[in-house]
Amino acid sequence: MNAQATVTPKPPGARRAIRFVLPVMVFAAGLLAWELVVRIKEIPPYVLPAPSIIFLTLIKDWAVLSQSLGATLLTTLEGFVAASIGGVALALLFNQSKWVEYSLFPYAVVLQVTPVIAIAPLLLIYLEQQTAVVVCAFIVAFFPVLSNTTLGLNSVDRNLAGLFQLYGASPQQTLRFLKLPAALPYILGGLRIAGGLSLIGAVVAEIAAGTAGAGSGLAYRIAESGYRLNIPRMFAALLLLSLAGIVIYGVLALVSHLVLRCWHESALGKEN
Amino acid sequence: MSSAKTSTGVETGLTALAVSLRGVTKTYDNGIMALGPLDLAVRKGEFISLLGPSGCGKSTALRLIAELSAPSSGIVRLGRHEGVPQPGHGIGFVFQEPTLMPWTSVRENVRLPLRLAGVAKADARARADVALASVGLADFADAFPRELSGGMKMRVSLARALVTDPDILLMDEPFAALDEITRFRLNNDLLALWRSLGKTVIFVTHSVFESVYLSQRVVVMTARPGRIQADIRIETVEPRGEEFRTSAAYSDYCRRVSAALAPSYSGQLVL
Repeated sequence: MNAQATVTPKPPGARRAIRFVLPVMVFAAGLLAWELVVRIKEIPPYVLPAPSIIFLTLIKDWAVLSQSLGATLLTTLEGFVAASIGGVALALLFNQSKWVEYSLFPYAVVLQVTPVIAIAPLLLIYLEQQTAVVVCAFIVAFFPVLSNTTLGLNSVDRNLAGLFQLYGASPQQTLRFLKLPAALPYILGGLRIAGGLSLIGAVVAEIAAGTAGAGSGLAYRIAESGYRLNIPRMFAALLLLSLAGIVIYGVLALVSHLVLRCWHESALGKEN
Repeated sequence: MSSAKTSTGVETGLTALAVSLRGVTKTYDNGIMALGPLDLAVRKGEFISLLGPSGCGKSTALRLIAELSAPSSGIVRLGRHEGVPQPGHGIGFVFQEPTLMPWTSVRENVRLPLRLAGVAKADARARADVALASVGLADFADAFPRELSGGMKMRVSLARALVTDPDILLMDEPFAALDEITRFRLNNDLLALWRSLGKTVIFVTHSVFESVYLSQRVVVMTARPGRIQADIRIETVEPRGEEFRTSAAYSDYCRRVSAALAPSYSGQLVL
Protein backbone atom coordinates (compact mmCIF):
# COMPACT_ATOMS: atom_id res chain seq x y z
CA MET A 1 0.00 0.00 0.00
CA ASN A 2 2.75 2.42 0.99
CA ALA A 3 4.80 1.50 -2.04
CA GLN A 4 1.78 2.17 -4.20
CA ALA A 5 1.31 5.59 -2.65
CA THR A 6 4.85 6.62 -3.45
CA VAL A 7 4.46 5.94 -7.18
CA THR A 8 1.23 7.91 -7.48
CA PRO A 9 1.49 9.79 -10.80
CA LYS A 10 1.90 13.53 -10.65
CA PRO A 11 -1.22 15.61 -11.29
CA PRO A 12 -1.58 16.61 -14.96
CA GLY A 13 -0.97 20.28 -14.15
CA ALA A 14 2.46 19.50 -12.71
CA ARG A 15 3.32 17.34 -15.68
CA ARG A 16 2.38 20.13 -18.07
CA ALA A 17 4.52 22.58 -16.09
CA ILE A 18 7.49 20.23 -16.33
CA ARG A 19 7.04 19.86 -20.08
CA PHE A 20 7.16 23.64 -20.34
CA VAL A 21 9.86 24.35 -17.79
CA LEU A 22 12.41 21.75 -18.93
CA PRO A 23 12.99 23.03 -22.49
CA VAL A 24 13.10 26.60 -21.18
CA MET A 25 15.79 25.61 -18.70
CA VAL A 26 17.80 23.88 -21.42
CA PHE A 27 17.51 27.02 -23.54
CA ALA A 28 18.66 29.26 -20.68
CA ALA A 29 21.59 26.97 -19.88
CA GLY A 30 22.62 26.93 -23.54
CA LEU A 31 22.53 30.72 -23.77
CA LEU A 32 24.54 31.05 -20.57
CA ALA A 33 27.20 28.62 -21.80
CA TRP A 34 27.38 30.45 -25.14
CA GLU A 35 27.75 33.83 -23.39
CA LEU A 36 30.46 32.50 -21.05
CA VAL A 37 32.46 30.82 -23.82
CA VAL A 38 32.42 33.99 -25.93
CA ARG A 39 33.49 36.19 -22.99
CA ILE A 40 36.14 33.89 -21.55
CA LYS A 41 37.71 33.10 -24.91
CA GLU A 42 37.26 36.76 -26.00
CA ILE A 43 35.84 35.72 -29.37
CA PRO A 44 35.26 38.80 -31.54
CA PRO A 45 31.61 39.52 -32.57
CA TYR A 46 32.38 39.10 -36.30
CA VAL A 47 33.31 35.46 -35.57
CA LEU A 48 30.68 34.60 -33.00
CA PRO A 49 28.60 37.27 -31.26
CA ALA A 50 27.43 36.66 -27.70
CA PRO A 51 23.66 36.33 -27.08
CA SER A 52 23.66 39.68 -25.30
CA ILE A 53 25.11 41.42 -28.35
CA ILE A 54 22.58 39.71 -30.63
CA PHE A 55 19.82 40.93 -28.35
CA LEU A 56 21.20 44.48 -28.32
CA THR A 57 21.49 44.40 -32.13
CA LEU A 58 17.89 43.30 -32.32
CA ILE A 59 16.85 46.40 -30.37
CA LYS A 60 19.27 48.76 -32.13
CA ASP A 61 18.33 47.59 -35.65
CA TRP A 62 14.65 47.06 -34.86
CA ALA A 63 13.53 49.68 -37.40
CA VAL A 64 15.22 47.86 -40.27
CA LEU A 65 14.56 44.35 -39.02
CA SER A 66 10.88 44.88 -38.21
CA GLN A 67 10.29 46.26 -41.69
CA SER A 68 11.98 43.19 -43.17
CA LEU A 69 10.02 40.91 -40.85
CA GLY A 70 6.80 42.52 -42.05
CA ALA A 71 7.80 42.02 -45.69
CA THR A 72 8.68 38.35 -45.18
CA LEU A 73 5.53 37.67 -43.19
CA LEU A 74 3.37 39.31 -45.85
CA THR A 75 5.00 37.17 -48.55
CA THR A 76 4.55 34.07 -46.42
CA LEU A 77 0.91 34.90 -45.78
CA GLU A 78 0.18 35.52 -49.46
CA GLY A 79 1.90 32.28 -50.44
CA PHE A 80 0.09 30.39 -47.69
CA VAL A 81 -3.35 31.73 -48.62
CA ALA A 82 -2.74 31.00 -52.30
CA ALA A 83 -1.50 27.49 -51.46
CA SER A 84 -4.46 26.79 -49.17
CA ILE A 85 -7.08 27.94 -51.64
CA GLY A 86 -5.26 26.43 -54.63
CA GLY A 87 -4.56 23.11 -52.90
CA VAL A 88 -8.10 22.62 -51.61
CA ALA A 89 -9.67 23.77 -54.88
CA LEU A 90 -7.47 21.47 -56.97
CA ALA A 91 -8.23 18.53 -54.64
CA LEU A 92 -11.97 19.20 -55.00
CA LEU A 93 -11.56 19.31 -58.76
CA PHE A 94 -9.62 16.01 -58.71
CA ASN A 95 -12.36 14.52 -56.55
CA GLN A 96 -15.06 15.54 -59.02
CA SER A 97 -13.31 14.20 -62.10
CA LYS A 98 -10.87 11.31 -62.40
CA TRP A 99 -9.93 12.60 -65.86
CA VAL A 100 -8.68 15.88 -64.44
CA GLU A 101 -6.85 14.04 -61.68
CA TYR A 102 -5.07 11.68 -64.04
CA SER A 103 -4.17 14.56 -66.38
CA LEU A 104 -2.80 16.99 -63.80
CA PHE A 105 -1.59 15.05 -60.77
CA PRO A 106 1.82 14.08 -62.25
CA TYR A 107 2.59 17.77 -62.83
CA ALA A 108 1.73 18.61 -59.25
CA VAL A 109 4.27 15.99 -58.21
CA VAL A 110 6.89 17.34 -60.63
CA LEU A 111 6.38 20.82 -59.22
CA GLN A 112 6.79 19.41 -55.72
CA VAL A 113 9.96 17.37 -56.30
CA THR A 114 11.85 20.04 -58.28
CA PRO A 115 13.87 22.05 -55.73
CA VAL A 116 12.37 25.52 -55.46
CA ILE A 117 15.81 27.10 -55.08
CA ALA A 118 16.44 26.00 -58.67
CA ILE A 119 13.15 27.38 -59.95
CA ALA A 120 13.39 30.73 -58.18
CA PRO A 121 15.97 32.37 -60.51
CA LEU A 122 13.85 31.48 -63.53
CA LEU A 123 10.71 32.86 -61.95
CA LEU A 124 12.61 36.07 -61.16
CA ILE A 125 13.37 36.51 -64.83
CA TYR A 126 9.78 36.10 -66.01
CA LEU A 127 7.80 37.59 -63.13
CA GLU A 128 7.83 40.79 -61.18
CA GLN A 129 9.96 40.29 -58.10
CA GLN A 130 7.27 40.35 -55.42
CA THR A 131 5.06 38.07 -57.52
CA ALA A 132 7.94 35.65 -58.08
CA VAL A 133 8.61 35.41 -54.37
CA VAL A 134 4.95 34.71 -53.59
CA VAL A 135 4.82 32.11 -56.36
CA CYS A 136 7.82 30.34 -54.82
CA ALA A 137 6.12 30.23 -51.43
CA PHE A 138 3.01 28.90 -53.16
CA ILE A 139 4.88 26.16 -55.05
CA VAL A 140 6.50 24.83 -51.91
CA ALA A 141 3.37 24.99 -49.77
CA PHE A 142 0.53 23.88 -52.00
CA PHE A 143 1.41 20.21 -52.42
CA PRO A 144 0.82 19.08 -48.81
CA VAL A 145 -2.55 20.83 -48.88
CA LEU A 146 -3.43 19.13 -52.15
CA SER A 147 -2.34 15.64 -51.15
CA ASN A 148 -3.84 15.82 -47.65
CA THR A 149 -7.16 17.16 -48.90
CA THR A 150 -7.28 14.45 -51.57
CA LEU A 151 -6.60 11.83 -48.92
CA GLY A 152 -9.34 13.29 -46.71
CA LEU A 153 -11.91 13.42 -49.49
CA ASN A 154 -11.18 9.78 -50.31
CA SER A 155 -11.46 8.71 -46.67
CA VAL A 156 -15.19 9.28 -46.36
CA ASP A 157 -16.96 6.42 -44.54
CA ARG A 158 -18.47 4.11 -47.16
CA ASN A 159 -21.66 3.55 -45.23
CA LEU A 160 -22.17 7.27 -44.67
CA ALA A 161 -21.73 7.79 -48.41
CA GLY A 162 -24.37 5.08 -48.94
CA LEU A 163 -26.67 6.84 -46.52
CA PHE A 164 -26.37 10.09 -48.46
CA GLN A 165 -27.10 8.18 -51.66
CA LEU A 166 -30.13 6.53 -50.04
CA TYR A 167 -31.61 9.88 -49.13
CA GLY A 168 -30.99 11.25 -52.59
CA ALA A 169 -28.39 13.87 -51.60
CA SER A 170 -27.22 16.14 -54.42
CA PRO A 171 -23.47 16.35 -55.15
CA GLN A 172 -23.39 19.77 -53.49
CA GLN A 173 -25.07 18.43 -50.35
CA THR A 174 -22.71 15.47 -50.23
CA LEU A 175 -19.75 17.80 -50.56
CA ARG A 176 -20.96 20.24 -47.92
CA PHE A 177 -22.41 17.92 -45.30
CA LEU A 178 -20.20 14.86 -45.78
CA LYS A 179 -16.98 15.19 -47.75
CA LEU A 180 -15.69 18.52 -46.47
CA PRO A 181 -16.36 17.82 -42.77
CA ALA A 182 -14.85 14.34 -43.12
CA ALA A 183 -11.78 15.79 -44.85
CA LEU A 184 -11.39 18.69 -42.40
CA PRO A 185 -8.84 17.02 -40.06
CA TYR A 186 -6.71 16.11 -43.08
CA ILE A 187 -7.01 19.60 -44.57
CA LEU A 188 -5.97 21.19 -41.27
CA GLY A 189 -3.01 18.80 -41.08
CA GLY A 190 -2.00 19.91 -44.59
CA LEU A 191 -2.32 23.57 -43.64
CA ARG A 192 -0.06 23.05 -40.63
CA ILE A 193 2.68 21.73 -42.89
CA ALA A 194 1.99 24.41 -45.51
CA GLY A 195 2.42 27.23 -42.96
CA GLY A 196 6.02 26.32 -42.24
CA LEU A 197 6.75 25.51 -45.88
CA SER A 198 5.47 28.83 -47.18
CA LEU A 199 7.93 30.59 -44.85
CA ILE A 200 10.71 28.41 -46.27
CA GLY A 201 9.57 29.16 -49.83
CA ALA A 202 9.50 32.89 -49.12
CA VAL A 203 13.00 32.83 -47.60
CA VAL A 204 14.47 30.80 -50.45
CA ALA A 205 13.00 33.14 -53.04
CA GLU A 206 14.13 36.22 -51.12
CA ILE A 207 17.69 34.93 -51.07
CA ALA A 208 17.54 34.25 -54.78
CA ALA A 209 16.01 37.67 -55.40
CA GLY A 210 18.44 39.36 -52.99
CA THR A 211 21.42 38.29 -55.04
CA ALA A 212 19.66 39.82 -58.02
CA GLY A 213 19.96 43.19 -56.31
CA ALA A 214 16.72 44.21 -54.65
CA GLY A 215 14.43 43.12 -51.82
CA SER A 216 13.86 43.89 -48.20
CA GLY A 217 12.81 40.64 -46.50
CA LEU A 218 14.59 39.02 -43.55
CA ALA A 219 16.38 36.54 -45.79
CA TYR A 220 17.74 39.44 -47.82
CA ARG A 221 18.92 41.05 -44.56
CA ILE A 222 20.78 37.87 -43.69
CA ALA A 223 22.48 37.74 -47.08
CA GLU A 224 23.28 41.45 -46.99
CA SER A 225 24.65 41.27 -43.42
CA GLY A 226 26.80 38.34 -44.47
CA TYR A 227 28.46 40.39 -47.21
CA ARG A 228 29.10 43.15 -44.71
CA LEU A 229 30.35 40.77 -42.01
CA ASN A 230 27.61 42.12 -39.72
CA ILE A 231 27.33 38.79 -37.95
CA PRO A 232 25.24 39.98 -34.96
CA ARG A 233 22.58 41.25 -37.35
CA MET A 234 22.62 37.90 -39.22
CA PHE A 235 21.89 36.16 -35.95
CA ALA A 236 19.19 38.69 -35.04
CA ALA A 237 17.43 38.21 -38.38
CA LEU A 238 17.76 34.44 -38.05
CA LEU A 239 16.22 34.66 -34.57
CA LEU A 240 13.26 36.58 -35.95
CA LEU A 241 12.76 34.05 -38.76
CA SER A 242 12.82 31.22 -36.29
CA LEU A 243 10.31 32.99 -34.03
CA ALA A 244 8.07 33.68 -37.04
CA GLY A 245 8.10 29.96 -37.90
CA ILE A 246 7.22 29.00 -34.33
CA VAL A 247 4.36 31.50 -34.20
CA ILE A 248 2.97 30.34 -37.56
CA TYR A 249 3.03 26.73 -36.43
CA GLY A 250 1.51 27.60 -33.05
CA VAL A 251 -1.33 29.62 -34.56
CA LEU A 252 -2.21 26.88 -37.07
CA ALA A 253 -2.04 24.17 -34.40
CA LEU A 254 -4.31 26.26 -32.19
CA VAL A 255 -6.81 26.82 -35.01
CA SER A 256 -6.78 23.10 -35.76
CA HIS A 257 -7.35 22.27 -32.11
CA LEU A 258 -10.21 24.75 -31.73
CA VAL A 259 -11.96 23.52 -34.87
CA LEU A 260 -11.62 19.82 -34.04
CA ARG A 261 -11.83 19.80 -30.25
CA CYS A 262 -15.49 18.76 -30.16
CA TRP A 263 -15.16 15.54 -32.06
CA HIS A 264 -11.84 14.47 -33.54
CA GLU A 265 -9.54 11.99 -31.82
CA SER A 266 -6.47 14.14 -32.44
CA ALA A 267 -7.89 17.01 -30.37
CA LEU A 268 -9.43 14.99 -27.54
CA GLY A 269 -7.86 14.42 -24.16
CA LYS A 270 -6.09 11.10 -23.69
CA GLU A 271 -8.03 10.16 -20.55
CA ASN A 272 -10.98 8.56 -22.36
CA MET B 1 -53.00 -14.71 -41.78
CA SER B 2 -54.14 -18.15 -42.78
CA SER B 3 -52.14 -21.25 -42.10
CA ALA B 4 -51.24 -21.42 -45.75
CA LYS B 5 -47.50 -21.22 -46.05
CA THR B 6 -46.20 -18.07 -47.59
CA SER B 7 -44.47 -19.18 -50.70
CA THR B 8 -41.16 -17.62 -51.58
CA GLY B 9 -42.32 -17.19 -55.13
CA VAL B 10 -44.70 -14.76 -56.71
CA GLU B 11 -47.69 -13.97 -54.58
CA THR B 12 -51.08 -12.73 -55.53
CA GLY B 13 -52.38 -9.43 -54.21
CA LEU B 14 -49.42 -7.23 -55.10
CA THR B 15 -50.96 -4.26 -53.33
CA ALA B 16 -50.33 -5.87 -49.98
CA LEU B 17 -46.64 -6.35 -50.71
CA ALA B 18 -44.04 -3.99 -49.34
CA VAL B 19 -41.14 -5.58 -51.18
CA SER B 20 -41.00 -8.16 -53.92
CA LEU B 21 -37.88 -9.61 -55.52
CA ARG B 22 -38.23 -11.78 -58.59
CA GLY B 23 -35.35 -13.75 -60.03
CA VAL B 24 -32.90 -11.24 -58.64
CA THR B 25 -29.19 -11.93 -59.05
CA LYS B 26 -26.12 -9.87 -58.33
CA THR B 27 -22.76 -10.53 -59.91
CA TYR B 28 -19.86 -8.29 -58.95
CA ASP B 29 -17.34 -6.85 -61.38
CA ASN B 30 -14.80 -9.45 -60.34
CA GLY B 31 -17.15 -12.16 -61.60
CA ILE B 32 -18.23 -13.41 -58.18
CA MET B 33 -21.93 -14.19 -58.12
CA ALA B 34 -23.06 -12.99 -54.73
CA LEU B 35 -26.76 -13.55 -54.87
CA GLY B 36 -29.55 -15.47 -56.39
CA PRO B 37 -31.56 -16.10 -58.20
CA LEU B 38 -33.68 -14.88 -55.32
CA ASP B 39 -37.46 -14.68 -55.05
CA LEU B 40 -38.84 -13.00 -51.99
CA ALA B 41 -42.13 -11.37 -51.12
CA VAL B 42 -42.59 -9.31 -47.96
CA ARG B 43 -46.04 -8.16 -46.92
CA LYS B 44 -46.70 -4.71 -45.54
CA GLY B 45 -46.17 -4.55 -41.81
CA GLU B 46 -44.29 -7.84 -41.72
CA PHE B 47 -41.13 -8.39 -39.67
CA ILE B 48 -38.87 -10.81 -41.49
CA SER B 49 -35.28 -11.88 -40.88
CA LEU B 50 -32.76 -12.88 -43.50
CA LEU B 51 -30.50 -15.44 -41.89
CA GLY B 52 -27.47 -17.05 -43.45
CA PRO B 53 -23.72 -17.60 -43.33
CA SER B 54 -21.28 -14.75 -43.83
CA GLY B 55 -20.93 -13.73 -47.45
CA CYS B 56 -24.22 -15.31 -48.51
CA GLY B 57 -25.49 -12.04 -49.94
CA LYS B 58 -27.87 -10.96 -47.17
CA SER B 59 -26.42 -7.50 -47.08
CA THR B 60 -26.33 -7.40 -50.86
CA ALA B 61 -30.06 -8.17 -50.90
CA LEU B 62 -30.69 -5.25 -48.53
CA ARG B 63 -28.59 -2.91 -50.64
CA LEU B 64 -30.58 -3.96 -53.70
CA ILE B 65 -33.88 -3.27 -51.93
CA ALA B 66 -32.55 0.12 -50.81
CA GLU B 67 -31.50 0.83 -54.41
CA LEU B 68 -27.95 1.41 -53.21
CA SER B 69 -26.92 -0.97 -55.97
CA ALA B 70 -28.65 -2.34 -59.04
CA PRO B 71 -29.42 -6.05 -59.62
CA SER B 72 -27.56 -7.83 -62.41
CA SER B 73 -30.86 -9.37 -63.43
CA GLY B 74 -34.38 -9.68 -62.09
CA ILE B 75 -36.86 -7.19 -60.68
CA VAL B 76 -36.89 -5.38 -57.34
CA ARG B 77 -40.22 -3.76 -56.63
CA LEU B 78 -41.24 -1.67 -53.65
CA GLY B 79 -44.86 -1.04 -52.68
CA ARG B 80 -44.50 2.58 -51.68
CA HIS B 81 -47.18 4.97 -50.65
CA GLU B 82 -48.25 7.44 -53.28
CA GLY B 83 -46.85 10.95 -53.28
CA VAL B 84 -43.47 10.20 -51.81
CA PRO B 85 -41.64 13.51 -52.10
CA GLN B 86 -38.04 12.28 -52.43
CA PRO B 87 -36.40 9.07 -53.54
CA GLY B 88 -35.41 6.92 -50.60
CA HIS B 89 -37.97 8.45 -48.31
CA GLY B 90 -39.93 5.25 -48.13
CA ILE B 91 -36.91 3.42 -46.75
CA GLY B 92 -34.96 3.67 -43.52
CA PHE B 93 -31.60 1.92 -43.37
CA VAL B 94 -29.68 0.86 -40.28
CA PHE B 95 -26.14 -0.28 -40.96
CA GLN B 96 -24.02 -2.74 -39.03
CA GLU B 97 -22.04 0.15 -37.59
CA PRO B 98 -23.88 3.17 -36.19
CA THR B 99 -22.52 5.20 -39.15
CA LEU B 100 -22.93 8.54 -37.43
CA MET B 101 -21.21 11.74 -38.47
CA PRO B 102 -18.72 12.30 -35.62
CA TRP B 103 -18.42 16.03 -36.24
CA THR B 104 -21.92 16.97 -35.30
CA SER B 105 -24.44 16.46 -32.52
CA VAL B 106 -26.82 13.56 -32.10
CA ARG B 107 -29.77 15.79 -33.06
CA GLU B 108 -28.06 16.94 -36.26
CA ASN B 109 -27.28 13.33 -37.13
CA VAL B 110 -30.92 12.38 -36.77
CA ARG B 111 -32.01 15.48 -38.67
CA LEU B 112 -29.76 14.67 -41.65
CA PRO B 113 -32.33 12.81 -43.83
CA LEU B 114 -34.80 15.67 -43.39
CA ARG B 115 -32.12 18.26 -44.08
CA LEU B 116 -31.17 16.49 -47.31
CA ALA B 117 -34.84 16.49 -48.29
CA GLY B 118 -35.05 20.23 -47.69
CA VAL B 119 -37.40 20.15 -44.69
CA ALA B 120 -37.50 23.49 -42.82
CA LYS B 121 -35.08 23.61 -39.91
CA ALA B 122 -37.55 24.13 -37.03
CA ASP B 123 -39.83 21.37 -38.29
CA ALA B 124 -36.91 19.01 -38.87
CA ARG B 125 -35.49 19.63 -35.41
CA ALA B 126 -38.85 18.91 -33.81
CA ARG B 127 -39.19 15.68 -35.76
CA ALA B 128 -35.63 14.66 -34.88
CA ASP B 129 -36.43 15.19 -31.20
CA VAL B 130 -39.57 13.04 -31.51
CA ALA B 131 -37.55 10.27 -33.17
CA LEU B 132 -34.89 10.50 -30.44
CA ALA B 133 -37.56 10.30 -27.76
CA SER B 134 -39.00 7.17 -29.40
CA VAL B 135 -35.66 5.38 -28.90
CA GLY B 136 -35.27 6.73 -25.36
CA LEU B 137 -32.53 9.27 -26.08
CA ALA B 138 -34.42 12.55 -25.63
CA ASP B 139 -31.82 13.78 -23.13
CA PHE B 140 -28.86 13.18 -25.43
CA ALA B 141 -29.84 15.36 -28.39
CA ASP B 142 -26.96 17.78 -27.86
CA ALA B 143 -24.31 15.16 -27.14
CA PHE B 144 -21.69 14.16 -29.68
CA PRO B 145 -21.63 10.55 -30.92
CA ARG B 146 -18.30 9.84 -29.23
CA GLU B 147 -19.90 10.52 -25.84
CA LEU B 148 -22.37 7.67 -26.26
CA SER B 149 -22.03 3.94 -25.64
CA GLY B 150 -22.25 1.43 -28.50
CA GLY B 151 -25.89 0.64 -27.76
CA MET B 152 -26.82 4.30 -27.59
CA LYS B 153 -25.11 5.01 -30.90
CA MET B 154 -27.16 2.21 -32.45
CA ARG B 155 -30.32 3.81 -31.03
CA VAL B 156 -29.34 7.11 -32.66
CA SER B 157 -28.89 5.25 -35.93
CA LEU B 158 -32.35 3.74 -35.49
CA ALA B 159 -33.86 7.15 -34.73
CA ARG B 160 -32.26 8.52 -37.91
CA ALA B 161 -33.79 5.69 -39.93
CA LEU B 162 -37.21 6.40 -38.40
CA VAL B 163 -37.16 10.19 -38.71
CA THR B 164 -38.52 10.23 -42.26
CA ASP B 165 -41.36 7.92 -41.16
CA PRO B 166 -40.42 5.30 -43.78
CA ASP B 167 -42.71 2.41 -44.76
CA ILE B 168 -39.84 -0.05 -44.84
CA LEU B 169 -37.03 -0.39 -42.32
CA LEU B 170 -33.95 -2.26 -43.53
CA MET B 171 -31.54 -3.38 -40.84
CA ASP B 172 -28.17 -4.90 -41.70
CA GLU B 173 -26.91 -6.86 -38.67
CA PRO B 174 -27.49 -3.77 -36.55
CA PHE B 175 -26.81 -5.34 -33.15
CA ALA B 176 -24.03 -7.74 -34.17
CA ALA B 177 -21.29 -5.71 -32.50
CA LEU B 178 -23.11 -5.25 -29.19
CA ASP B 179 -22.88 -7.29 -26.02
CA GLU B 180 -25.71 -9.72 -25.36
CA ILE B 181 -27.41 -7.74 -22.59
CA THR B 182 -27.54 -4.59 -24.68
CA ARG B 183 -28.69 -6.65 -27.62
CA PHE B 184 -31.60 -8.16 -25.67
CA ARG B 185 -32.74 -4.70 -24.57
CA LEU B 186 -32.54 -3.35 -28.09
CA ASN B 187 -34.40 -6.41 -29.40
CA ASN B 188 -37.26 -5.71 -26.99
CA ASP B 189 -37.27 -2.01 -27.82
CA LEU B 190 -37.25 -2.75 -31.53
CA LEU B 191 -40.22 -5.10 -31.17
CA ALA B 192 -42.11 -2.44 -29.19
CA LEU B 193 -41.36 0.15 -31.88
CA TRP B 194 -42.44 -2.24 -34.62
CA ARG B 195 -45.74 -2.93 -32.82
CA SER B 196 -46.49 0.76 -32.30
CA LEU B 197 -45.34 2.05 -35.69
CA GLY B 198 -46.41 -0.85 -37.92
CA LYS B 199 -43.45 -0.64 -40.29
CA THR B 200 -42.28 -3.39 -42.57
CA VAL B 201 -38.94 -4.58 -41.18
CA ILE B 202 -36.35 -6.62 -43.05
CA PHE B 203 -33.70 -7.63 -40.56
CA VAL B 204 -30.42 -9.22 -41.62
CA THR B 205 -28.68 -11.26 -38.96
CA HIS B 206 -26.45 -14.28 -38.50
CA SER B 207 -27.90 -15.09 -35.10
CA VAL B 208 -30.49 -17.89 -35.09
CA PHE B 209 -31.76 -16.82 -31.67
CA GLU B 210 -32.16 -13.21 -32.61
CA SER B 211 -33.99 -14.02 -35.82
CA VAL B 212 -36.48 -16.35 -34.10
CA TYR B 213 -37.07 -13.94 -31.24
CA LEU B 214 -37.78 -10.96 -33.43
CA SER B 215 -39.44 -12.03 -36.61
CA GLN B 216 -42.69 -13.34 -37.92
CA ARG B 217 -40.79 -15.07 -40.70
CA VAL B 218 -37.23 -16.32 -40.82
CA VAL B 219 -35.85 -16.67 -44.33
CA VAL B 220 -32.80 -18.94 -44.24
CA MET B 221 -30.34 -18.42 -47.07
CA THR B 222 -27.71 -20.72 -48.53
CA ALA B 223 -24.01 -19.99 -48.85
CA ARG B 224 -22.89 -17.92 -51.84
CA PRO B 225 -24.54 -17.38 -54.19
CA GLY B 226 -27.37 -16.80 -51.72
CA ARG B 227 -30.67 -18.43 -52.42
CA ILE B 228 -33.55 -19.25 -50.13
CA GLN B 229 -33.06 -22.48 -48.25
CA ALA B 230 -36.13 -22.30 -46.03
CA ASP B 231 -38.88 -19.89 -45.11
CA ILE B 232 -40.06 -20.52 -41.58
CA ARG B 233 -43.01 -18.76 -40.00
CA ILE B 234 -42.67 -18.06 -36.27
CA GLU B 235 -46.09 -18.14 -34.66
CA THR B 236 -46.51 -17.32 -31.01
CA VAL B 237 -48.54 -15.25 -28.62
CA GLU B 238 -47.99 -11.56 -29.22
CA PRO B 239 -46.62 -9.37 -27.80
CA ARG B 240 -43.44 -11.32 -27.31
CA GLY B 241 -41.35 -10.83 -24.21
CA GLU B 242 -38.86 -12.56 -22.01
CA GLU B 243 -41.23 -15.49 -21.40
CA PHE B 244 -41.06 -16.29 -25.13
CA ARG B 245 -37.28 -16.21 -25.05
CA THR B 246 -37.27 -18.92 -22.40
CA SER B 247 -40.18 -20.99 -23.73
CA ALA B 248 -40.08 -24.48 -25.21
CA ALA B 249 -41.68 -23.19 -28.40
CA TYR B 250 -38.81 -20.74 -28.81
CA SER B 251 -36.13 -23.39 -28.52
CA ASP B 252 -38.14 -25.60 -30.85
CA TYR B 253 -38.14 -22.88 -33.50
CA CYS B 254 -34.43 -22.29 -32.93
CA ARG B 255 -33.80 -25.99 -33.53
CA ARG B 256 -35.80 -25.92 -36.77
CA VAL B 257 -34.03 -22.82 -38.04
CA SER B 258 -30.63 -24.24 -37.11
CA ALA B 259 -31.46 -27.43 -38.98
CA ALA B 260 -32.35 -25.41 -42.06
CA LEU B 261 -29.07 -23.55 -41.75
CA ALA B 262 -26.99 -26.72 -41.32
CA PRO B 263 -26.29 -27.45 -45.04
CA SER B 264 -24.63 -24.04 -45.30
CA TYR B 265 -21.95 -24.81 -42.78
CA SER B 266 -21.56 -28.56 -42.90
CA GLY B 267 -20.58 -29.05 -46.52
CA GLN B 268 -18.05 -26.41 -47.35
CA LEU B 269 -15.66 -23.95 -45.88
CA VAL B 270 -17.34 -20.59 -45.38
CA LEU B 271 -15.24 -17.69 -44.18
